[in-house]
Amino acid sequence: MGDEVKLHGTWFSPFVTRVQIVLKLKGVEYEYVEEDLKNKSPLLLKINPIYEKVPVLIHNGNPIVESLIVIEYIDEAFSGPSILPKDPYERSKARFWTKFLDDKGMPPLWKACWSKGEEREKAKEEALESLKILENEIKGKKFFGGNKIGILDVTADFFAYGIPILEELTKIKLLTEDEFPCLLKWVTNYCNDPFVKEYFPVDDPLAKEYFPPKGPLSASYKVGLHQSPPHKHAFYGAAFLESQNRRPKYISDIPE
Amino acid sequence: MAEELKLFRSWSSPYALRVVHALKIKGLEFETVVEDLKNKSASLLEYNPTYKKVPILVHKGRPICESLVILEYIDETWKQSPLLPQNPYDRAMARFWAKFGEDKVFPSIWSVFVSQGKDQEGAMAQAAGNLKYLEEQLKGKKFFGGESIGYLDIAFGWMANLISILEEIADLKLIDAETFPCLSAWMNNFADDPVIKECWPPRDKMIEKFKAMREPYLKQGA
Repeated sequence: MGDEVKLHGTWFSPFVTRVQIVLKLKGVEYEYVEEDLKNKSPLLLKINPIYEKVPVLIHNGNPIVESLIVIEYIDEAFSGPSILPKDPYERSKARFWTKFLDDKGMPPLWKACWSKGEEREKAKEEALESLKILENEIKGKKFFGGNKIGILDVTADFFAYGIPILEELTKIKLLTEDEFPCLLKWVTNYCNDPFVKEYFPVDDPLAKEYFPPKGPLSASYKVGLHQSPPHKHAFYGAAFLESQNRRPKYISDIPE
Repeated sequence: MAEELKLFRSWSSPYALRVVHALKIKGLEFETVVEDLKNKSASLLEYNPTYKKVPILVHKGRPICESLVILEYIDETWKQSPLLPQNPYDRAMARFWAKFGEDKVFPSIWSVFVSQGKDQEGAMAQAAGNLKYLEEQLKGKKFFGGESIGYLDIAFGWMANLISILEEIADLKLIDAETFPCLSAWMNNFADDPVIKECWPPRDKMIEKFKAMREPYLKQGA
């Protein structure tokens, strides 16, 4: 009997997605458990009492939480290709930049979508500042990890498919060709990478198919965006499509 | 043998103290550059253009920023006196609690310090809730790291220095020995360690500084 690995997540959370990609990169088999964050299971509250969030990785009964901590754990606990670089200095850079993405990259993006007026303008400025820093980091490289996808690319996963969605929803253009030619190239490279492509079976990541057609879903995200405070899940539900082609394939392929 | 280590810090930064503690525990020699944060040096801006903050550890000309990232770098580069546990799960737990410290413990304690009246009561309750988790982690242990000071002790080291200062200024008790016996004992054990003791910034200067930081909040609340 080998390792027992379970991942509790939600299908639309970029924090869960990055863990899934890392598990796949490492070749770790696991069981996926979908959580309903509007109706948290007693198990979730037990395994993550402090934050009550996903992802939660349970390895042989031991829970680990916080996606970047989970990723380092996976890298250390399982054999297989290294997720973080081997050299301590390169590792420190990876840790610095993944923290930057989560502290300064993602939050202004959310805020830029969901806030209004002056707060939105401020968030948009912050988001652009962070994107400029990332543009500088990616210059001259195919991926943040160099020639191959690395931890920073995986952590920035949401930027690749999420920003175009946010731009459409909010009618704010963030990734302009003028200011961010290298980041835009990265988006294309990342989404076309055979590994990522296999994970997200979508041909053109920037295509309108990311957007819900006119109908009940459109209504839900419009309502979600204008609620105060805005309902995050309405946004996700609409933006990431409830349809099957956005769900991880293996929910129905749970390994025995 | 010089390791060509330079630490950019401010005189009072608890984040910089983490790095000082780690370097001293590892027995490493380093040069210190004390920055005036109102007048940042060209070197600081060059080494940390993203955040323009201290501490920055420069090793053989290469900068490492963010104190917890620096701690891991130090631990991975110099193998003596390991700071993080060896086992991956214990390492994950140490990292988790350190993040909890940053996300929840420090902000909640700061809230207590800068609030007043009913707000302060609420803040105290929240801080106490967070501190209870730490109390539990310390049960049966001298340090978070076990018998000796490790990564998590260093990450929480600011408490051993700062809590009593904040308590004195705000005239309240955040961590009393009755409610938090393990945490109180830990703060004493940590502060008493010879390597740690010699690094504390001058207490009277700290009181002056934090009193001044509290002023604008008191005025707001008045």
